[in-house]
Amino acid sequence: MAETFLRRRAPEIFGVCVIAASVLVFESLIRGGVINRYIIPPPSDIFLAFERVIVEEKILARCRDTAIEMIIAGGASVLVGVPIGALLYRSKLWRRAMEDWIGALAAAPIVLAFPLFLVLFGRSPKTIIVMGFVHGLAPIILKTVEGLASTRSVLINVGRSLKMTQSQMFWKILFPSALPVIFTGIRLSWTFVLITIVGVEYLINLGGLGQLINELAERYDLPGTYAGICFVVLVSVLFFVILERVEAWLQPGR
Amino acid sequence: MAAAGKISAVSGAPAPRDVLALRLLVALVILGGWEAMSRSGLFYGEVVPSLLKIGASLAKLLVDPIFYRNLQVTTLETMMALAIGAGAGITTGIVLGANRFMMRAFEPYVYYLSPTPRIILFPVMIMWFGVGPGSKIALGALSAFFAIALSTAAGMRQIDPILIRVGRSFRANIWQMAFKIYLPAMRVPILNGIRLGMGTAIITVLLGETKLSNQGLGYLIMQIYTRFDMPGLYALLITIFVIAGAVNALIGYFAREKA
Repeated sequence: MAETFLRRRAPEIFGVCVIAASVLVFESLIRGGVINRYIIPPPSDIFLAFERVIVEEKILARCRDTAIEMIIAGGASVLVGVPIGALLYRSKLWRRAMEDWIGALAAAPIVLAFPLFLVLFGRSPKTIIVMGFVHGLAPIILKTVEGLASTRSVLINVGRSLKMTQSQMFWKILFPSALPVIFTGIRLSWTFVLITIVGVEYLINLGGLGQLINELAERYDLPGTYAGICFVVLVSVLFFVILERVEAWLQPGR
Repeated sequence: MAAAGKISAVSGAPAPRDVLALRLLVALVILGGWEAMSRSGLFYGEVVPSLLKIGASLAKLLVDPIFYRNLQVTTLETMMALAIGAGAGITTGIVLGANRFMMRAFEPYVYYLSPTPRIILFPVMIMWFGVGPGSKIALGALSAFFAIALSTAAGMRQIDPILIRVGRSFRANIWQMAFKIYLPAMRVPILNGIRLGMGTAIITVLLGETKLSNQGLGYLIMQIYTRFDMPGLYALLITIFVIAGAVNALIGYFAREKA
């Protein structure tokens, strides 16, 4: 049984072992003075710093701050993006005219405009939320249009044969059919929103997790900085995995 | 034009002329709305400057040697970041794409680390590479690496198996396989990865410059922001957005041409 598991999971176990071995090599190189511990602290120090960062740096409160900004910006992106996508779907002319522009908005380096947003909204969570919202809007609009446009014609014909009104057609046929694709847009959007929010928090030294890293780095608390970065990376990966699982649950056929 | 309109009408797609007219109308409404806001006096000082002022600042910026000096620094940093990120990304992508064992062992880490906010690694990059261009190049390279590695690995798995069998039947060694079979067959995914990597590299290099630098366009943004020269800030941001968009479109064009 165990042998079968080991054989089946050999690549994953190998990956974990290589990473663990790399950590051990770094630990010994740093402790042996080959690598300067004032540039890279020993992994054991980073591991021990986790408790200090979690307890002393009020990490739960910081997670809450980032989560609130995330929920407001991400929620606003959905509330604004889905209706805009639905409106664009209704008019082929508007869709054709605006899709490229919205695509360009998705690719634009909006986060660079943070000094502009600072002037417009002040050094407050409003700036972070608005930037997250703007960055998260385009993927939801594009994926809503794509989802609605990819509704199978047989479903639309069923709706027509039942003489559904436009509203019934949207809520009973188009929207449920487009939901999995819309969620792909939400996943992309919220990933953008998280990256923008944590990034802007770090850049303007305000708010939750991003500010934590900036503060630890400015104090030159090396193990704390590395632990803080690891923590934010773990939170981002966890968030991404959860979104991906929900998306997979919505698209069982894929 | 008329023929195109006719075809569009038959297929149900809007005529290009109508699309262009609508785009012009939307652009006019946005610009008109902006100018009206600027003249309304509802906003403090120069927060919403008039289009004329932004235009004048743009003209001034484009003839200013300081802009070109900083553009040169950012371009150099981005190119070096892209070269390092692409080298590491393509190599990693080939290894992950060619070997199923390695893919299962390491690709999840590359995949799940790719959407994390890279700018938070900037303090580490400063400790490793100093406050000069090195830290920005390293951060840009790291950003570009993930997109290029994942795109290359995906492209590697899409190579026609017949091509690989042909290479093996000629007893090609690993380097011949890489340069004669894998790389030519993966031009499009690699170029697409480079396009994505270039986008993230530009952003992270510029963000690094805004955080801690004394040269580059990111540094120039912070200088203009500190002077509260809002028309200048708008002009510089527009210029950066246009440059980033043009580079993105250029690499996208090459990717399509090679397809």
